[in-house]
Amino acid sequence: MYGLAMAKGLLVTLKNLTKKPFTVQYPEERVKQHPRFRGEEFVWYEERCTGCASCAKYCPLGIIKIVTTPSETAPAEGDKYRLEVFDIAINRCMFCGLCVEACPYDALFMGSGFEQGQYSRKNMVIDIDHLRQADKHPSTFFRPQLEDAGYDPRGGRPLHWQEVGRESWQWHQREKAGMMIDRPVPSDLLPEEALVDSSFVEDSQADPTPAAAEDAE
Amino acid sequence: MNCVLGPGNILHDTLLFRVIYEWVGQLLPCWMSYFVAGFVIMLLLVNGVLLGAGLFSWVERRLIGRFHNRIGPNRWGPFGTLQPLADLVKLLFKEDLTPAGADRIVFMIVPVALVAPVILMMAVVPFAKDTALVNLNVGVLYILAVTSITSIAIFMAGWASDNRYAMFGASRGVAVLISYEVPVVMSLLGVVLVSGSMSLDDVVSAQTIPFLLVQPMAFFVFLAGTSAELNRTPFDLAEAESEIIAGYHIEYSGVKFALIQAAEFGAVLTSSAVMVTLFLSGWSGPASNYLGWAWFLMKIGALAFIFSWVRASFPRLRIDQLLAFAWKFLLPLSIINLFATALEVYFLRDGAGILVTTDLWIMAGINFGIAAGCLLVFGTLIQDKVRPARPISGVTLSSPEVT
Repeated sequence: MYGLAMAKGLLVTLKNLTKKPFTVQYPEERVKQHPRFRGEEFVWYEERCTGCASCAKYCPLGIIKIVTTPSETAPAEGDKYRLEVFDIAINRCMFCGLCVEACPYDALFMGSGFEQGQYSRKNMVIDIDHLRQADKHPSTFFRPQLEDAGYDPRGGRPLHWQEVGRESWQWHQREKAGMMIDRPVPSDLLPEEALVDSSFVEDSQADPTPAAAEDAE
Repeated sequence: MNCVLGPGNILHDTLLFRVIYEWVGQLLPCWMSYFVAGFVIMLLLVNGVLLGAGLFSWVERRLIGRFHNRIGPNRWGPFGTLQPLADLVKLLFKEDLTPAGADRIVFMIVPVALVAPVILMMAVVPFAKDTALVNLNVGVLYILAVTSITSIAIFMAGWASDNRYAMFGASRGVAVLISYEVPVVMSLLGVVLVSGSMSLDDVVSAQTIPFLLVQPMAFFVFLAGTSAELNRTPFDLAEAESEIIAGYHIEYSGVKFALIQAAEFGAVLTSSAVMVTLFLSGWSGPASNYLGWAWFLMKIGALAFIFSWVRASFPRLRIDQLLAFAWKFLLPLSIINLFATALEVYFLRDGAGILVTTDLWIMAGINFGIAAGCLLVFGTLIQDKVRPARPISGVTLSSPEVT
């Protein structure tokens, strides 16, 4: 019969009347944000950055501008450039995260924010000072070491440059970062404390592995 | 000087009017107090309808929001109750535009011509014991006459705007209004037959049981027809946003637009009030001598809820479906209802032509049976029209040959 479908439709909407609304009243309430959210305010650790400009090379939009000069104070473990200019034209950024994926030293992270509205277009180009002073709430995008530690950028504490790297996470990542001179064979993986380079875990609370904490003492 | 309203006066039955008239009459001449009393009551009615329209706009937006799993306007005032006020202020400050090619006088009359019938309808509706402004003995006829002003106003809006979309909307609106006028009038005749009077006061007092039970089919036809005449969502072809932007009121802005919106929302309330009076036994209920107005408002609220519910549920019909629904479904239903009611009244009434409560219950039983049968038959008939035609016997659709 024709009218039955309409009665059924009325019942559907009546059922919806009793449900809780989906709406999130944004400024007062927020949805839970995934820690892997690719957001604004790139998190950049100057201490970790060597100025290799991989991020600029991999950026599909070419919006990262890096100017470097040879550094006189390179650390003993690796060579390093000093950055004169590090501009990201964030108004053209599509937040693909390829710059973060390209960074070999875990120096660049996606941010977790999305409320960086500006009144002028030129304010949308964030420069090196801005990157230095930005909140260090790195997204866990492409950074499994942060995700394994259960870090949540929304509501988590700001991270120090020594706690965000992959070198204390897996041995081959440390080599990738140029921090291990002699690479252990996989059988050396056990026991684990032998693998932790004490020069990188001064901040013992920050390290996710208990072995690193022992080693730091 | 003492002014007394004689029983011969048409306003004698209006309690509020008489009280004000006799009270003011102690200070002023009688003719002046007559105007004062009339003015006070009209002020109450007009403001009641317009404020009610504002309130209902908030209620409906909240309700439809909840039907859609949204929240609805909740920013200004407790639970967003001041939202209509914000809308009003916004519309008052907007520029009042008139198109260059518009017929200015007609264009200006339209908002008033749309609001006026909505308010005029309330003049004969009793919202508590002895409180109708006028107890007309042709109240039902008066309501039908007044509501048909709307179709002229809609056509005036479409014609005066000098806009094709407005004209489309107006043509659609008039087609719908004229089509649905017929079944609505026919369904009202059943009520008039049972109550034996066209006066709304008498209709209320005749409802020892609500006419919703005695005339279920008439109620259904009246509900569907009214929601079509109100241009509400399943039938809102006249102002279909996705097709003709806003229909007949496309060129209206500012105060005029506010008036048109107030008319639309107010029309829901006044139509509900008429339906409450005709089918839901009006203001009567327990302790109706004192709480009649509360019962009246409660029943209006229930009907307005149904209107919002329907609006939240159904998509818009096509124009041919809409007219077919009126002519092929509602009209036969209302005719059958009219004939059945006439026969029942003829056989059941006693010598003085009065139906007692038992008669009404018998009629309710018979009419519910008829309604169920009609819905089954006509529902099946319409279904054949809606579904794709069955393949004709002997003709088979051949698939292309695979070579």
